[in-house]
Amino acid sequence: MYKNFRANLISDNTFKIIITVSAIYILIIVSLLITKLFFESYPIWHANGLSFIVNSDWNTIEGRESFGALPYILGTMITSAIAMAIAIPFSIGIAMFVSYTPQKLHVFLNFIIDLLASIPSIIYGLWGLIIFRPIFIKSVEIPIHDMLGKHVWLFSGIPMGLDIITASIVLSIMIIPTISSVSREIIKSVPIQQQEAAFMLGATEWEIFKLAIFPYSKAGLVGASILGLGRAVGETMAITMLIGNATGNFALPKSLFQAGQTMSSIIANEFIEAPPLSLHLSALIGIGLILLLFAICINIIAHILVIRMLKVQEGSINT
Amino acid sequence: MYKLYQNYAYFLCILVLLCFICLDFHYSYGFEKIQSNNINKFQINGAGASFPFPLIDLWRTKYINVNPEINLNYQSIGSGGGIKQHIEKTIQFAATDVPLTKNEAKLAPNTLHIPETLGAIAVIYNIPEIPHKGLKLTGVNLAEIYMGEITMWNDPKIKIHNLEVDLPNEQIIPIRRSDSSGTTFIFTDYLSKLSNEFYIKVGAGKSVPLGNGVAVIGNEGVTNIVENTFYSIGYVELAYALQTNISFAYIENADQTNFVEPTIDSISSAASMMAYDMPHAYESWDGITITNSPGIESYPLSSFTYLIIYDDLYDVINSKEHAIGLANLFYWMLTEGQNYSKSLFYVPLPEEIVKLSITGIINLKYDGELLINDAKSPHYVDYNVPIWVKHVAQWWIDDMISDQEYIDNINYLLTNKIIK
Repeated sequence: MYKNFRANLISDNTFKIIITVSAIYILIIVSLLITKLFFESYPIWHANGLSFIVNSDWNTIEGRESFGALPYILGTMITSAIAMAIAIPFSIGIAMFVSYTPQKLHVFLNFIIDLLASIPSIIYGLWGLIIFRPIFIKSVEIPIHDMLGKHVWLFSGIPMGLDIITASIVLSIMIIPTISSVSREIIKSVPIQQQEAAFMLGATEWEIFKLAIFPYSKAGLVGASILGLGRAVGETMAITMLIGNATGNFALPKSLFQAGQTMSSIIANEFIEAPPLSLHLSALIGIGLILLLFAICINIIAHILVIRMLKVQEGSINT
Repeated sequence: MYKLYQNYAYFLCILVLLCFICLDFHYSYGFEKIQSNNINKFQINGAGASFPFPLIDLWRTKYINVNPEINLNYQSIGSGGGIKQHIEKTIQFAATDVPLTKNEAKLAPNTLHIPETLGAIAVIYNIPEIPHKGLKLTGVNLAEIYMGEITMWNDPKIKIHNLEVDLPNEQIIPIRRSDSSGTTFIFTDYLSKLSNEFYIKVGAGKSVPLGNGVAVIGNEGVTNIVENTFYSIGYVELAYALQTNISFAYIENADQTNFVEPTIDSISSAASMMAYDMPHAYESWDGITITNSPGIESYPLSSFTYLIIYDDLYDVINSKEHAIGLANLFYWMLTEGQNYSKSLFYVPLPEEIVKLSITGIINLKYDGELLINDAKSPHYVDYNVPIWVKHVAQWWIDDMISDQEYIDNINYLLTNKIIK
């Protein structure tokens, strides 16, 4: 009896050790990442200080170096914002449709969504460049540009299909499966009683969503969207292929039909050929650090939002 | 009892943390040296530019027949990455399209530059009215197009050289590389040489502050966009232009006497015209390019791509035998290896440059000892070998003559002191 107890104690403790190590592993990775990025990018912080974040010059030629990250920070924010604005309504629509279809169709649609979510981003990029871009130029960009280009700053520029709007749309197509597959699980987890109750009160289908499903799953849907945002912010290859890759002042986003640049795309474009130990290299690593902090901020904001929504809807959610 | 385990747990965690930190430092500061673990078959590791990768890869497969003990491993990670690893001494050689700058040369002293093959940049365009190649452009035209000063295809500055074709009244869309690349460096270096304004406003570099037009990633990206966009112009490595049958421009030569098509002969001519201005392998190559090379038939957008290697291999290879193997491999690349260039759209080095490169290889040392000496390895001397020798060798390869006849021929060369 005693022996058995001892054995249990040992296995218990081993288990504890293993999980502690695994948990600490995450902390180690994050802290190593941040310290490494900071030390490697130290020369740029030393040379430019915080003005690195608000400057918009970008010249990599030896002897004329000047670096500023602002255009790329704005580029990332704007492409992600447009992508989210397109993707969220679509994804929630998809998620709702999928959760309320007959079993057979439901399984099929689920399969399709998961398939889309697992396609590598370079495939989306190539598809965007070769198939989507020509169609989009002909049917959207040129007509809009001809109609409004001269009057509305938002649509000025050359409608080349290698610009902020094309990149954002392909980006939204990429994140729709991610958001909708998570949203689907969340909507499915809303207890059927909630919906039946609303139905009994005479609610229409839209009202069921509005009164029973949405309040219940609000926090989860925000979480799902943030997951999509995380993917949008970090997305590299597809964006690099479609955004037109302007640098410096030319990359400051002024119109939708203008070439831009995001933080991840400038790293992808220039990191490989950046000379070792140069200011250029440390500027790129500095942008990497900003991107990491950006991602951390997004996650923190998401947590705060989720916690707040959970509090508001206390009664209906904590089941 | 539980306390004890808890302590173990903390100890373990700290241990793991230490391991991580050690590994991190280990890799970042390049303490390790690549060890060739197998004595019989050893690995030569190289890394760098993607431009020569197809050729080096072909050399790898061909050299196995020459010396099966050497296993060449080349990673096309970009010139910058190659130079970084060269500085950290984690590879035995690197390849780059742009010679080391002064700063980089300071970090990697005693580096030899060995021109390895030739390439060129083609200026490609898509004008539906002019479907064929051969639009004539000057370097100044290109600089002004890329700076946005010439915006229309029928600009008088372009028209004056192209009176025989009807240039359309359409806006030019300049396409450029978005990723830092040797291609952009060669192109902007050429434009900076020709247009002072371009030099001041933009300058020469692997990625330059150009705002006009659209930037696309990769040679294939630029080719694809130019192919699919009417009235666009772009610059790519010649191989991409030749493989896709896209139209490319003839560029005015440095003497302003001729518009030159990029061909093997015109690129080769550009290199040989500059051969006597080239520094020695052990000298600084900062700022050396062969763009805008003189000569009536020289294509001005030509460029070398270089192998870079330490002149003393002691730090990167662990035995003299292996170092000799590497030196012989380089020697082979520059002599027999050049024959494989054409099949992959590279330009074989002209004779003058091969000589220059080989003087570099002769300087290779291992712990102070020269690797290629007269007795052991073929030394490059300007022998006057009659052309029939090559025919005889070809017949022998094709089994048209017997071994004995071939040996007789070699004996003839020896007895007549054509070779010794």
